[in-house]
Amino acid sequence: MSGTTIHKGKNCNFVQVPIPVNKAVRQESKQTLYFHKPVHIVTANAVVGNKEAEGPLKRYFRRIKEDIKLGEKNFERAEILMFDEAVRASLNEARPLVGNAELLISGDLLNQMTTSSYVARNLDLPHIGVYSACSTYTEALSLGATLIDAGHFTSVACATVSHFATAERQFRYPLEYGCQRPPYAQWTVTAAGSCVLSAKGEGPVIRSATLGKVIDFGQNDISNMGAAMAPAAMDTMCTLFRETDLSPKDFDLILTGDLGKLGSDILRNLMREQGYELGQQYKDCGCLIYSVDQNCYQGGSGAGCSASVMNEFVLPRIHDGTYKRVAYLATGALMSTQSCYQGETIPCISHGIVIEGENV
Amino acid sequence: MSAIANPIEKRNERYGKYVDSVTPKTGTLKSLWHSFWIGGLTCCIAQGIGDIYALIFPNFSEDLIVNITSMTIITLAILFTGLGFYDIIARKGGAGCFLPITGFANAISSAAMEYKSEGLILGTSVKMFTVVGPVVVNGIVWSTIAGLLNLLILGRI
Repeated sequence: MSGTTIHKGKNCNFVQVPIPVNKAVRQESKQTLYFHKPVHIVTANAVVGNKEAEGPLKRYFRRIKEDIKLGEKNFERAEILMFDEAVRASLNEARPLVGNAELLISGDLLNQMTTSSYVARNLDLPHIGVYSACSTYTEALSLGATLIDAGHFTSVACATVSHFATAERQFRYPLEYGCQRPPYAQWTVTAAGSCVLSAKGEGPVIRSATLGKVIDFGQNDISNMGAAMAPAAMDTMCTLFRETDLSPKDFDLILTGDLGKLGSDILRNLMREQGYELGQQYKDCGCLIYSVDQNCYQGGSGAGCSASVMNEFVLPRIHDGTYKRVAYLATGALMSTQSCYQGETIPCISHGIVIEGENV
Repeated sequence: MSAIANPIEKRNERYGKYVDSVTPKTGTLKSLWHSFWIGGLTCCIAQGIGDIYALIFPNFSEDLIVNITSMTIITLAILFTGLGFYDIIARKGGAGCFLPITGFANAISSAAMEYKSEGLILGTSVKMFTVVGPVVVNGIVWSTIAGLLNLLILGRI
């Protein structure tokens, strides 16, 4: 059909031209979701334990629990209370700004996600429980942003929690058991983080979410989580840079969840092999939250680690314009104690989101 | 299948080697020294307690004194566990804290404390031996085998 002359005459040579497909980056990307509506992070909160409050970020945390048992009978109960406080705080702060949240997306590290469910029980909100270990927070944020972008909800609360004592019991030994940890171990962070996303209001904007693949490089040491998770972070980070057409230099801060010192060194090396040089702007939440003299080996881990650092440290800095664009990739190791004892290797995942300041 | 699996295996092997090369190792000499002096100190304290008992109760037999001393040391270890600083000592001491009878006491009492929240029967009683279970089982199995060998080969009872 092309080339058929419809009218005669000098300037009437109308030719049917096939409309060129606008091959924008957005259409090629497979793993990255772009949000066309601005999805604002309206309020963000974290409740942290005393050890976290003694770390380098102590002056940024507003809600601190001196006793991580909170005077309760058991640590699970304390975890529920901490989580409840964080979620309610962000819901209450968001209410005058954007109205009531319509959905809660949350997750934690315990079996069957009991903490999340027990908190949601008292909230009178629809609840989606998500689990991807320590990357639960980015998973919740990407899900929430997708639901808002699609127009199903106006405001969604996303939250996650981890507690040192309950995680220790679930994944390792009794708390008071005297065992030596290898120097490459990490320390589970006691913290709950919660935020409210909304299409209305103001605050940092989630631009895109890159959903990660499950990556397994054959690591099977349950203590060496950083080394197991670094390849997953590498995979998602490369995808994020490739699909959003951005390079590490375009970000003011590239933040990974809880790789720890060893894991982030490995990630730097892996990214160098892939042709990306992560410079000064690359940071890891696990390294940020504890100082060296706190005896936390390679740094923090756990779902609450990146959530608390993100909510109390990074988001306010985005809000006041210190950081313009931040890539946030939380990483999670998806093993259970059984699977490790049965000789399986550790599959890991990392979900990444890009957060920008409002005036970019 | 093997053609697909091979590059992945190769990649994993390469990555494993790389991780091994960058992972910090526990300093052998340093941890040996720490476990030597902490374990040694534990034993010296126990010997001291035994000697004191022998002084106080001169008519007790040696076996009885050994038993009382072990009991005292176990009680002390459980007390330290309950007060929450046995694990801090053990983090430094390693095998020096794990091998003496105090390590066994700590393992049982820490598990008992940990699972108390599920109740005395289903929590403490069921899970008290989660950590020391292997020690008890292997102790019974290997001592049975040793006893049988002793009986069959050497003919002694």
